[in-house]
Amino acid sequence: MVEVRLIEVREELLAENRQEAGDIRAELRRQGVFMLNLMSSPGSGKTSLILRAVRALKDVFQIAVIEGDIEAMVDAEKMVREGIPAVQIRTGGACHLDAPMIAAALKELDLAALDCIIIENVGNLVCPAEFDTGAARRAVILSVPEGDDKPLKYPLIFSVSDLLVINKTDYLEGSDFDPEALRERVLRLNPGIRILSLSCRTGEGVSEWTRWLADEIEVFRNK
Amino acid sequence: MHELAVTESLLQVVLRHANEGGAGKVVSVSVRIGGLSDLVNEWVQRYFDHLSRGTIAEGAVIRIERIPTTFRCDQCGHVFPADPRTREEIRCPLCSSAEMTLATGRECFVQQIEVVNGFGA
Repeated sequence: MVEVRLIEVREELLAENRQEAGDIRAELRRQGVFMLNLMSSPGSGKTSLILRAVRALKDVFQIAVIEGDIEAMVDAEKMVREGIPAVQIRTGGACHLDAPMIAAALKELDLAALDCIIIENVGNLVCPAEFDTGAARRAVILSVPEGDDKPLKYPLIFSVSDLLVINKTDYLEGSDFDPEALRERVLRLNPGIRILSLSCRTGEGVSEWTRWLADEIEVFRNK
Repeated sequence: MHELAVTESLLQVVLRHANEGGAGKVVSVSVRIGGLSDLVNEWVQRYFDHLSRGTIAEGAVIRIERIPTTFRCDQCGHVFPADPRTREEIRCPLCSSAEMTLATGRECFVQQIEVVNGFGA
């Protein structure tokens, strides 16, 4: 006789990824390395924002970059030209980075010599939000040309991030982008999120971003 | 978009629990997913059908239950459902405060599986 029975599972769907992310977090804590997971749409300024921060902080902190773009090696080469240690993950068309990919990339870096690692996630506002990478903080960039309605379409990524960077503010003039509406939409999802506005092109507001990163690295190391 | 990776993980969790529970076959899988998730039900089932071939979970039906997105009012503590995708301002229906915190909507877990014992077991 075939007897059907129920097994209670009550386990997170991405349990395996969460487990590995926890291991990564513990290892980076041991090594005193702050890791930031930087997420955004393609073309909203992840690479520019990273280059700005690394240039500004290079005398103070050793920063490495893990590149997760589907596009071959373009971004990693930009980093290496600047003398920044960079590891390129070829996601093989995958739309996000997960904890096992980050664990493999970390093996390529000399953690003892580093203060900070920035993950440049795959350009995408959907999938990266679902996967914990083991980073201590998550940041999302939204550029002005993308529009102020993105938190309505992709609420999850704005609800899990610690920092929102509004980039390309030099495009604000003459646009119908409403910074106040954006603030309100993001804060109702995530009242604790920090919001910065800047333009990587003109440099306006960029020092706020580098100060945020420097503060986070210091707080992490002094914990 | 990321349904394949999520479904791979789902299958691992299902098989682990089915094996620990001495199941011969998995008949159905109940999953609870928050309203903020963009997972598409149909793709989860299709990927599951493909990935589970040759395992004891082959042919299992995936039942996805959506957990509504709710907010907790920071002022009066009232929990109420609201669509974060709306362009309208969200306010607490009791005290009309605009200060609130997301209460549910990010869940993503396997609730239970329905199994039958191995034949001849």
